[in-house]
Amino acid sequence: MEWKGRDVISIRDFSKEEIEFVLRVAERLEEELNEKGSLDYARGKILATLFFEPSTRTRLSFESAMHRLGGSVIGFASASSTSVKKGESLADTIKTVEQYSDVIVIRHPMEGAARLAAEVAEIPVINAGDGSNQHPTQTLLDLYTIKKAFGKIDGLTIGLLGDLKYGRTVHSLAEALAFYEVELYLISPELLRMPKHIIEELRDRGVKVYESTSLEETIPELDLLYVTRIQRERFPDEQEYLKVKGSYQVNLEVLKNAKETLKVMHPLPRVDEIHPEVDKTKHALYFRQVFSGVPVRMALLGLTLGVLGE
Amino acid sequence: MAELKVSAIREGTVIDHIPAGKGLEVIKILGLNRVNGGILLLAAHVPSKKLGRKDIVKVEGKFLSEEEVNKIALIAPNATVNIVRDYKVTEKFKVDVPEEITGILRCANPNCVSNHEYTTSRFYVVSKDPLKVRCHYCERTMEGEEILRNL
Repeated sequence: MEWKGRDVISIRDFSKEEIEFVLRVAERLEEELNEKGSLDYARGKILATLFFEPSTRTRLSFESAMHRLGGSVIGFASASSTSVKKGESLADTIKTVEQYSDVIVIRHPMEGAARLAAEVAEIPVINAGDGSNQHPTQTLLDLYTIKKAFGKIDGLTIGLLGDLKYGRTVHSLAEALAFYEVELYLISPELLRMPKHIIEELRDRGVKVYESTSLEETIPELDLLYVTRIQRERFPDEQEYLKVKGSYQVNLEVLKNAKETLKVMHPLPRVDEIHPEVDKTKHALYFRQVFSGVPVRMALLGLTLGVLGE
Repeated sequence: MAELKVSAIREGTVIDHIPAGKGLEVIKILGLNRVNGGILLLAAHVPSKKLGRKDIVKVEGKFLSEEEVNKIALIAPNATVNIVRDYKVTEKFKVDVPEEITGILRCANPNCVSNHEYTTSRFYVVSKDPLKVRCHYCERTMEGEEILRNL
């Protein structure tokens, strides 16, 4: 497979082999980084981070990844300080920025923006979130985290908890998990159930899928619980929201019924879906998950820049 | 109704079995209404055994390819196309939904970049029956009525 110059826009564009390859490269880079402290594969290369929407983790971890590869970074963290405010089109912004850089990372509030950017740009474009559509590097780092923690993905029973209707993270994670032999428990309030077409697709691809509204009942089954935020604005009334919020919080009480080896993940930021008292337990995997962002993004930057070789 | 017979044009294309009222749209989608194009005939609300009423479009001096005509599959899924040479039908085919639909459909997602930036819309056909398409940009799917509303 040709990686140099390739765009990373949607997890749909990847085969299982390609996903596995990225994870292997990330692992190799993590080891190398631990050994040497810093690397210089991307020396002389420039990453442009175009964040039309705010983000803490994604932007900083891309920038950190590029620095750790020995490259440098330019970019902006909000559209308000750019010519976009003067009415410049996305296409023109991309054509301009590519004159200054070797690879572009973009986050944009509109669905499809990264795909459009990739069509306009000659240099590789990596999607760091396009509206409510895709966030492929998050999915890859999630898979990397799971693989590191369990040594495998096949055979795991995984619960996805929270806003399964609108959450782009859980949609693309579920799609990627369908490449593996997993059982999925979809745990959400009635209002925020996983869209039917995604469940059908998962079942067609051989995944055992169970839907539930109860965290308490399902938690004893799970090897891994992937928690996402439930947003207040999804609920027509405040009382309904408060009821739901309470019953989906992961805390020590809920974890009493879980397997000792259960791991809890969260793409962060969290509000109160996971109580801070869980942070110190061996269940907590979410900060390790944050760490995974760097090697995985190093792998993607290095591969698309064509500086890593085989 | 003799003048509506397929053999009535000398050289060109006859598109038959268009749902009644959709003839003008067919002309628009296929770009047949150019001033310097061939003579264009639209027969609307013609009695039809199959459809009750139907529209027929004829264009002189232009031979449409299957690929071109497939663009109208979304609004005229049962249309048949006759290529006429020297008053005789020399080729006949039915429209077929193409794998990819470009330019004629708008994405129903108001937050899709294709509705805000200068682009040519592009959809992949996920299923032909029932018709379901996925937007190349925002990856959302549309089906049935939603597709017709966004033509």
